Amino acid sequence: MGSELSQNSVTEAKIFHSAYRTGVAILTKAYRFSVVTNIEDQKIWRLPDVPGLQTSGLSCWTVISQDRQTKLVLASGRNIYVLDSDSCTSVTVPGLDPDISSYLHMSASFNYKYLALYTNTGCIWMGTSNLKEKLGEFDCKFHAPPKQMVWCRRPRSQQPSVVLMWDSLLLVAGKSNESIQYPYDELYLVPELDGVRIIGSKSHEFLHEVPATCEEIFKIASMAPGALLLEAHKEYKKESQKADEYLREIKDQNLLPTAVEQCIEAAGFEYEPETQKMLLRAASFGKSFLSNFSPERFVTMCRELRVLNAVRDYTVGMPLTYVQFRQLTVQVLIDRLVFRRLYPLAIEICKHLKIREFQGVSHVLKHWACFKVQQKEPDEDIAHAINQKLGDTAGISYSEIAAKAYECGRPELAIMLLDFEPQSGEQVPLLLKMKRGQLALNKAIESGDTDLVYTVVMYLKNEMNRRDFFLTLRKHPVALSLYRQFCKHQEQDTLKDLYNQEDDHQELANFYVQESYQEAKVEVRVAELQKAVDEYSKARNEFAAKATEEQIKLLKFQRKLQDETDKPYVDRSLHDTVYSLLLEGSHRHAEQLYKDFKIPDKRYWWLKISALAEKNDWEELEKFSKSKKSPIGYLAFVEVCVKHQNKYEAKKYVSKVTPELKVKAHLLVGEVEQAADIAIERKNENDLNLVLSRCNQSTDRSLVERLNKARSGANKK
Amino acid sequence: MAFHSRIDSSETPKFSDLKRLACDQLIYLLEQLPGRKDLFIEADLMSPLDRIANVSILKQHEVDKLYRLDNKPVISSCNQLCFLIRPHIQAVKWISDIVNSDKITGKCRKYKIIFCPQKFYVCEAVLEEQGVFGDVTCDEWEFYFLPLDDDIISLELPEFFRDYFLDGDQRWVSATAKALHYFHSLFGLPLKVYGIGKCAKITYEMWRQFIEEGEKKLSTDKTGNLFIFDRDVDFVTPLCSQVVYEGLLDDVFRIKCGSVELCSDVTASDKTIKVLLNSQDKVFNEIRNEHFSNVFGFLSQKAKNLQTAYDKRQGMDIKQMKNFVSEELKGLKQEHRLLSLHISASEYIMKRKTKLDFQELLKAEHSLLDGFNVRESISYIEEHIIRQISMIESLRLLCLLSLTENGLVSKDYRSLKSQYLQSYGIEHVLTFANLRQMGLLVEQQPGETFTAMESTVGKLVADKAVGKLTDAFSSLAKKSNFRALSKKLTLIPKSNEEYDLHSPPDMAYIFSGAYIPLSCKLIEQVLERDGWNGLEEVARMLNGNEFAVTAGGGGAGEAKPKPQSSRLMFVIFLGGCTFSEISALRFLGKQKGYKFIIITTAITNSSRLLESLNDGHS
Repeated sequence: MGSELSQNSVTEAKIFHSAYRTGVAILTKAYRFSVVTNIEDQKIWRLPDVPGLQTSGLSCWTVISQDRQTKLVLASGRNIYVLDSDSCTSVTVPGLDPDISSYLHMSASFNYKYLALYTNTGCIWMGTSNLKEKLGEFDCKFHAPPKQMVWCRRPRSQQPSVVLMWDSLLLVAGKSNESIQYPYDELYLVPELDGVRIIGSKSHEFLHEVPATCEEIFKIASMAPGALLLEAHKEYKKESQKADEYLREIKDQNLLPTAVEQCIEAAGFEYEPETQKMLLRAASFGKSFLSNFSPERFVTMCRELRVLNAVRDYTVGMPLTYVQFRQLTVQVLIDRLVFRRLYPLAIEICKHLKIREFQGVSHVLKHWACFKVQQKEPDEDIAHAINQKLGDTAGISYSEIAAKAYECGRPELAIMLLDFEPQSGEQVPLLLKMKRGQLALNKAIESGDTDLVYTVVMYLKNEMNRRDFFLTLRKHPVALSLYRQFCKHQEQDTLKDLYNQEDDHQELANFYVQESYQEAKVEVRVAELQKAVDEYSKARNEFAAKATEEQIKLLKFQRKLQDETDKPYVDRSLHDTVYSLLLEGSHRHAEQLYKDFKIPDKRYWWLKISALAEKNDWEELEKFSKSKKSPIGYLAFVEVCVKHQNKYEAKKYVSKVTPELKVKAHLLVGEVEQAADIAIERKNENDLNLVLSRCNQSTDRSLVERLNKARSGANKK
Repeated sequence: MAFHSRIDSSETPKFSDLKRLACDQLIYLLEQLPGRKDLFIEADLMSPLDRIANVSILKQHEVDKLYRLDNKPVISSCNQLCFLIRPHIQAVKWISDIVNSDKITGKCRKYKIIFCPQKFYVCEAVLEEQGVFGDVTCDEWEFYFLPLDDDIISLELPEFFRDYFLDGDQRWVSATAKALHYFHSLFGLPLKVYGIGKCAKITYEMWRQFIEEGEKKLSTDKTGNLFIFDRDVDFVTPLCSQVVYEGLLDDVFRIKCGSVELCSDVTASDKTIKVLLNSQDKVFNEIRNEHFSNVFGFLSQKAKNLQTAYDKRQGMDIKQMKNFVSEELKGLKQEHRLLSLHISASEYIMKRKTKLDFQELLKAEHSLLDGFNVRESISYIEEHIIRQISMIESLRLLCLLSLTENGLVSKDYRSLKSQYLQSYGIEHVLTFANLRQMGLLVEQQPGETFTAMESTVGKLVADKAVGKLTDAFSSLAKKSNFRALSKKLTLIPKSNEEYDLHSPPDMAYIFSGAYIPLSCKLIEQVLERDGWNGLEEVARMLNGNEFAVTAGGGGAGEAKPKPQSSRLMFVIFLGGCTFSEISALRFLGKQKGYKFIIITTAITNSSRLLESLNDGHS
């Protein structure tokens, strides 16, 4: 609150409403005004000071709140001021006797469009709230100020009228020179949208201007179409032919639709069900003579009146007028009923008015359930009762009810209720709020929504200590694997801890291997790999352990070589290392690796001959071929020679190739005829096909024929 | 109830709408950040984005410069940066680094991250941890589907495969279910849903849940049937070498989002040429599903026809010539261009494939498939490894061996692995660990004969899970049973007759008549039987999780299926499918009068699958 209010005590406050908000205007002892335009967001505005107020005093004031603007009108002596957020203007009231020395009372209308002033001479001035236009004046000649003065108008009415109240008199003043006076005692007046509520110690009355429609219908000897229709219906009930006359009179003027409309409208203004019925029956009667009159208005009016009559019943006690009801809307009415805990009535109304479920029945049931959870009954009973009533009604969120139960300090009940919630996604946030992480995790996993699982995992990560967190994850593999994914990108170290905690030696070892080749330094790498070896052995993965050990050996060897030769060896596989050694002619080192790592002969031979061929060291290759019997055969020799475009050398080895592969060997060196001869001789279909596929236009015709002949022979076989 | 979209086998829904919707949404999101901006795109999204909204469309909507999102400082001077990424932690971290370094240098910019197709909670968590949560705004681009062709729709999520099948991470599963829901809200619900695999089941359940929650207004039309297929039900098929033209192109050149880049070696010019491969390309459309051996014959025939068409010019008078130029010539020229491209691509393939002794490789593969002469195959693989022919190829053969033989005997398992490590480096112990977990390369357990007992255990585990997810990757009971399946479903055609590749009798033609793809055979059988009746044994061998349900949210009696609409089949591959499989299904469709629409998390092949599991440094 502002400093003004803390320094000076408040002398008076006025609350004002508009369609969207409620505000307060405050007056302090120092005659300063402050305004809170909306109590929802509690911003306080200091209004400018009014000059001379301290000396001349303040006789009366009121708030005008229109279109987001809030102004104060105040009277001090014979002056009237209008005060808004940044200025204070003195105003002269048009058309008022200049003799007036002070204003005793002022009052704004319900919609703040009009203002009434009560002067010390007993004159009531009525005008617009901007004080620019006078609507009427009435001199009541009382000098005593009235206890209350309020406006009595209905929307769109042109008749200004003000109700004033003294100790035992109620006076209605309007434009005319005469007033209506009622003797009364002990009352309070409440201005409303379309009239004034008069609340006494034993009674509750509503004073309002007679609506034009009602006046037209019920005025004595009225010839308005509505009145005639009503009369026609009365005669009809009496089975009199006059009914026809009246009806014809309306119909001849083409006024029957208007008549029906009037009756329907008038029914809405009537308070007594009997009168309503009478009017509606007349409307219905008239309607039956119309061919294309939309029944909607009639039906709606019947329905809504039924609702209004129900809430006007003394057991409910909401004497709303039809106009007020329309202004409030059904939603608000239902909300009010809900606040009064009149759940059954509210539900019946929703059903009767066919309101969509989520705004109607479900909405009421939800409030009922939220109330129910506050009752002192056993949790089970409440949960059961709620589920019984709500079932699977669409648009009901059990999680909202559960949230309420939790707010009321009943977590157990909340959990029970959450179980009814069909959407796991809705359960999880509340469970987290209730610090039921484990349960939330279960539900999230059940939902299959990874996002939800992540939400819970992240929550648990912050809530729990690490050990418990890991233990929890361990019980939920889905969550665990998701968390691992996260850690792989965000927290490498956590990942290690996680594996450690789980005794997952295999993964831990894999982790170290991965780490190792992100390292540049060989020593660090070896250390990481050594850890991996340990873990692999713990995981009983001897194969991987051995492979890793060999890698360490290789790394050390490569490192040594690198130091000696200043060439990069690290990062190469064993195969590549040996190959480059052979290419460089470091046969000694290659041999050493061959022995140390027990490289299979086949591989070593391939390595050697490929390297020699690449180096074009044909002499050495030939020597090597003769060193002992080749474990990879001699076709390989042919292949490597051909690969390096040396058919001459290749031919040297063709004769050594085993018979089954000879055809291929010949083909490789381009000796189609020899290949053909062997193929024909061997009568092998595949070989023959192979040779045939190499034949082209330049090949000898007779050769092709021979091959084809041999093939058909082989086929028959 | 009105059936406004009556669909029969010759008519398919218009999937191009998917593209338009995605494009509109992206534009909308870009306009949410008014003014000039630089757009950073994650590498994964570049090709798909190009198919949806090309550079000129982006420029129209005030995108100034396009960058590839990388782990490096940005040099952009624009004061608005927009990032288009998959919800990857890595990418989010890079963005955080960019924002933080701007903070240090005192640069003030606006940042917007567009997550595609959705945002994950972790991404926000990372933004928060990096302290930039308040500095960026986030949005989601619900781009789920990229229609690659009239009958192929890709989710372009290659990481689905590793994330789910290896890491057990289900993040993409719910995204897929959501995508499915979206798809069916556009094109109508399927009449019946079949499926096999754990992931398929989860996806189906989630999708059902989305329908029940019913946020989106569903079209009440019923459209065709749906088959959901887990990639891990059949690993053999994608690991085989592809010999159908489109598959071969993918293996050799790597097709990216339906287009291929032919390098200068192929085109015999200085620049690479990007070719869009779909049914719009008339030449390609006729050969894409053909066995490679038929392709040359076809192409040369086509060339002759083209020549005749050109030759018509001779002896034309002026008027006819004018007509010819205005109407036919353009088409012919276009065809000519495409024809020459395909011819040079085929020549290139021929050259490469013979060099590597492709025939030998295929022979080895085929003997693995029919289990003939296993020892010989093993020594072939060994030589393959020793000679360092290809890191991925060797791995592929190893996996095929393990899958077809139900695991390797201990001795071979060790020796082949250590040979491999010697050739390609120790880091591949990690790769092997992955392959083992996936059941792709495993050791035969002693006492393997207790299959009956083990399968009951497997069943118990499956029953307990009842669709809901528990441990997504129980390495238990991950056995391929390939041999038994192959016998049961007669996947290997009898070899004593010559297989006619010109007018093939069955789907085996996609593997030169050596093997009918298990995945496609399963689909064929289930459709024929309208469910799994009589396939119980097969399903058991595939680790169960099969299902067949009459879907339809509105009750069974309400919508009588039109007979022709049930000929429309949507097949969803979770974890990717190969072009060969698509060709096989197209063949099946022609044979049995179905129209197949393939929806896949990504187009895959053996190299992509294995590379995604490769943890060694290559």
